[in-house]
Amino acid sequence: MSIELPESDVPPPKGADEPSSGPTRRTFIATSTAVGGVVVAGGVIGGSLLADPAAAETVRSGQVSLTVNGTRRTVTVDNRTSLLDLLREEFGLTGSKKGCNAGACGACTVLVDGRRVNSCLTLAVRLEGTEVTTIEGLADGDQLHPLQQAFIDEDAFQCGYCTPGQILSGIGCIQEGHTGSPEEIREWMSGNICRCGCYVKIVRAVEQTAGRK
Amino acid sequence: MYPFTFTKAASTHEALNAGRRGGRYIAGGTTLVDLMRETVERPETLVDISGLPLREVTVTERGGLRIGALVRMADAAAHPKVRALYPVISEALELSASAQLRNMATIGGNIMQRTRCTYFRDVTADCNKREPGSGCAAREGHNRTHAILGTSEACVATHPSDVAVAFAALEATVHLMGPDGERRIACADFLLRPGSTPNREQAIRQGELITAVEIPALPRPLKSGYLKVRDRQSYEFALTSAAVALHVRGGVIREAKVAAGGVGTVPWKLPAVERHLIGERPSEALWTAAAEKAAEGARPLEHNRFKVELLKRTVERQLRIVGGTK
Repeated sequence: MSIELPESDVPPPKGADEPSSGPTRRTFIATSTAVGGVVVAGGVIGGSLLADPAAAETVRSGQVSLTVNGTRRTVTVDNRTSLLDLLREEFGLTGSKKGCNAGACGACTVLVDGRRVNSCLTLAVRLEGTEVTTIEGLADGDQLHPLQQAFIDEDAFQCGYCTPGQILSGIGCIQEGHTGSPEEIREWMSGNICRCGCYVKIVRAVEQTAGRK
Repeated sequence: MYPFTFTKAASTHEALNAGRRGGRYIAGGTTLVDLMRETVERPETLVDISGLPLREVTVTERGGLRIGALVRMADAAAHPKVRALYPVISEALELSASAQLRNMATIGGNIMQRTRCTYFRDVTADCNKREPGSGCAAREGHNRTHAILGTSEACVATHPSDVAVAFAALEATVHLMGPDGERRIACADFLLRPGSTPNREQAIRQGELITAVEIPALPRPLKSGYLKVRDRQSYEFALTSAAVALHVRGGVIREAKVAAGGVGTVPWKLPAVERHLIGERPSEALWTAAAEKAAEGARPLEHNRFKVELLKRTVERQLRIVGGTK
């Protein structure tokens, strides 16, 4: 399966938020993805192009094996596919959010080989052999990750859209050792925007989790 | 985003071959992927160079520092040698972007990053840098964040890098490897002023690869630091910035390295400020008088006149922070 959501090719989801008669946002995006996938896969992978060395020069998709939340996955992706789209549209891991899709908001933050990165700016085809951790991979059964629990205890969100990115970024911040003061946490968490303005409580959640370690 | 082919280079040789055939190198990808999505960048082939052995930070024989092109911003900033020898580099890096982006972006990619001019990033706007000959929408447009130094009729976009300002101040050298071998070029000559060809931003030839940035040895003790002024406290590009390094011995400034960011079409070295400082004793009056020379030659636009005064004050404050007030 090959996926890509070229923004320029996808019409804006006008009916996305309309009542039940229209498509839901999720079904709309899934449909768009499937269509895009069929088009790309049909043109590149479906035919006999791979067998032709000259045509192989123009192959615009690639196979990649990566581990996501402990599970090894092998997938063929359109070269344009971001890690974020791969997670959400191919693997059904919709916890990581698409905010700006430009590295400016942090909603898509995940860990790649233990380091926090913006998955929207990460090309999936480059991730051969890497280990990816998303919000879905943090809990141990019913036992939440301490930072997840701290976000609940501190009431560190309102709408929740930025929360998965905040938590993954907070884990990175704690691992990197930048939790010496609320000011330091604020600076090192500045890559995650919260439109609801829950920063005070987010900082508190990170601070308390760091202190417990 | 337009389709592209993708290869991962297993060796420098392989990368250079792919580059010579027109392949575009990708390291951290934080600028390139973003601009590809905006269709500002439309490479036909991406060559992933992240596996190449260019990740070392080493002290040179003369006591300078060589930072491999693929050292990530976060790692360069945290490196003990960088922190100890050139705090100005660590500070510039840590005041850049976000922790996530610094975990991805590399030193080589940082100096190759393209302007944040909104008209450059908007493919429906006139922009000589993106589309030579189309005009410059910024000149009469929303130009509050644009350059006041080094501009031309064709382009007024700033260079967005912070660490490149520190490199400019310290007179760093860019190491390149290409089909014709290796060469070195001063930072100041590597990043090009726009002139009539703003689409040419670096003195880099087709297929050439940045392998390292080298900081020359400077007399010790050396105090240095970076100050960044911006519209929000973090995660924002500079309105103005100042990189300062001072060597003071016997109460006299023997060496001064000063450059400014956020104001120039390239990182802006300030030789007139440096000359004013060398041979003098640190004092409040000296910082003020030296900083007065920071905006020499400035040509502000309609909405960025404030940068002239802000630049002087930024330089003055950073001279005071680094040099003290005795």
